Amino acid sequence: MTEGKTTAVNAAGGDPPPSRKLFSGPQPNVAQAAGYPDAPPRMGFFTDTSVCIGCKACEVACKEWNSVPEDGLELTGMSYDNTQGLGADTWRHVAFIEQRKPLGGQEPGVDHSGFDVFEAARNLGSSPASPGPGATAPSPESAPAGAPAGSISPVSPDGRTELRWLMSSDVCKHCTHAACLDVCPTGALFRTEFGTVVVQEDVCNGCGYCVPACPYGVIDQRKEDGRVWKCTLCYDRLGVGMEPACAKSCPTDSIQFGPLEELRERAAARVAQLHAAGVTDARLYGESPDDGVGGDGAFFLLLDEPEVYGLPPDPVVTTRDLPAMWKHAAMAAASLAALGFASFVRRPR
Amino acid sequence: MSESDVTRKGVEGARPGREALTGARAGRRRRRRGRGEQPVVPDARFSSYYGKPVLNKPTWKPLDIAGYLYLGGLAGGASLLAAGAHATGRPDLARVTKLGAAGAITVSLGALVHDLGRPARFINMLRVVKPTSPMNMGSWLLAGYAPLTMAAAAADVAGRYRLVGAGATAAAAALGPAVATYTAVLLSDTAVPSWHEGYRELPFVFAGSGASAAAGLALAFVPAAQAGPARRMAVLGAALELGAFQLMKRHIGLAAEPFEQGRPHKLLRAAEMLTAGGAALAAYAGAGAGPRAGWRGRAPAVAAGLALLTGSAALRFGVFHAGVHSAEDPKYTVVPQRERMRARAG
Ligand code: SF4
Repeated sequence: MTEGKTTAVNAAGGDPPPSRKLFSGPQPNVAQAAGYPDAPPRMGFFTDTSVCIGCKACEVACKEWNSVPEDGLELTGMSYDNTQGLGADTWRHVAFIEQRKPLGGQEPGVDHSGFDVFEAARNLGSSPASPGPGATAPSPESAPAGAPAGSISPVSPDGRTELRWLMSSDVCKHCTHAACLDVCPTGALFRTEFGTVVVQEDVCNGCGYCVPACPYGVIDQRKEDGRVWKCTLCYDRLGVGMEPACAKSCPTDSIQFGPLEELRERAAARVAQLHAAGVTDARLYGESPDDGVGGDGAFFLLLDEPEVYGLPPDPVVTTRDLPAMWKHAAMAAASLAALGFASFVRRPR
Repeated sequence: MSESDVTRKGVEGARPGREALTGARAGRRRRRRGRGEQPVVPDARFSSYYGKPVLNKPTWKPLDIAGYLYLGGLAGGASLLAAGAHATGRPDLARVTKLGAAGAITVSLGALVHDLGRPARFINMLRVVKPTSPMNMGSWLLAGYAPLTMAAAAADVAGRYRLVGAGATAAAAALGPAVATYTAVLLSDTAVPSWHEGYRELPFVFAGSGASAAAGLALAFVPAAQAGPARRMAVLGAALELGAFQLMKRHIGLAAEPFEQGRPHKLLRAAEMLTAGGAALAAYAGAGAGPRAGWRGRAPAVAAGLALLTGSAALRFGVFHAGVHSAEDPKYTVVPQRERMRARAG
């Protein structure tokens, strides 16, 4: 942590290496731009919502590992989702959506009819394709090949199955261009060597500026102490080579953790697989380095428009426009000075 | 877009929560008010997650932060008047504006610290220099500006250290315009639609508003004979504020809507009337400013001053609340972004 802090100060304040930290657009090496000369590969999450079962193991694991306090025990009455959204005390949030749409879109597109679960359980840990306890996400090579098209559950004749549930575990996006980090006046938010974005709670002074700056509504203020909190991508676990708690606990590998490059490849293959299986709704969200935040460190595979999940369809980091803002403010200040001067100029009589 | 929702035929109308729509038209909907105003853009259909906001809304306390914006503008404008009065030999005007600037910036810093929760937390702001953070830049600006205003005021009241006083007055006037306008960047550099979209015009609105507030302060407390510049500043400031604000609302599309609804609308209407009325009254007071002495002769100027001071405050509160509102309703986040994507797709 200490090392991260000092570097963060240099990266955020002082003199950053000239023009390497960009305001927007693709930035191939975020950690290096933030002042880590030999950084490890950028790490991130790929959350494949097509296999999420809404069990909330990630929410619980996150809370336990990070000692995140209770965030209100209320029943919303709107759906099974009583967590409602990300905030200071919710760093993973499982969205739950019920839709009048054919069931098929929800399925991973893989036909399981000939699959014997008991057989699979007996073989657990005996082959690389069925890793035992303690294993992490499967490597991309071991992922199953494209499923045959047309294996989607048909709509029953009376139409009653025209309903689907979408579940998606939301998290801080660890933006390439993180507005929260840019606007933080104290340098409490900093970029780690893994390219993630973390708050140092001992530096945060509770100004709350990052809260409205985040285009995704992630970071928020804890009422009790006024400071802000959000997902750290388990910086402490990463430091010792462990995967984040949520990914570790996810029973379906909906949350996959790894080097961002590898995750992007895996995600592209997964989308192709789903499209081949007829799940045309499947799309990636936040994976493109060309988007408004320069790509997310935590990106998603969604089965509907982002806004259906409560995600902004086209987020842009606010600091992209900051140079223009300063320019306009300077012009306005000059106008004000001129106005003040004009007030004292005597009109010729 | 999906046309899905969570209602089932049998339970419609049972409980509000049950009716929450996840699919199309799930956003909250408001009736437009106002005298035959044309909608800025037609009501848009959009999807949302049970109408929940996409953004986390600002956690700032309205009184602290809108007050901070207002007092910063007042101080910045007052510093300009102070320098002018100092240079042109208007001692009463100089005294009032120097004290006003120092007082306003002190209270404004107090408001900021109150919002932070602990005085020591302000010091954390000065631990880095960070041009990407308007709040950091503002803190440095205030750290330089506030002592200058205090030195200027102290020297004036004490009647000593004239050279130091003159220097501080001039330096405060140099920083004043920045103090009045940087707060616009502070608001705009967020994802809050109604604040961000207006980043081009908002600094000018705040500049005008700061000028009219400072002019109001002078009009209320300075004898007419010395208040000429304040009267002119009132008219110019009001024109800049109102003009820039109209321009802004015309340019920012859907993000202008929160300015036209509910509490922000009331506040901004009041601001408009007070500022325009105050400026007109100031001009009238100037036209009638003759040898008439005493409170009766001063009444229009005092009324104008109070109207301008209140109007500027109402503007800041209106802008603040409109922004919070635009963050609370997913419509203002989703619809413009969708439009942007559609435009890009061609
Ligand atoms: S999603 Fe929000 S909180 Fe997370 S890095 Fe991006 S701007 Fe910061």
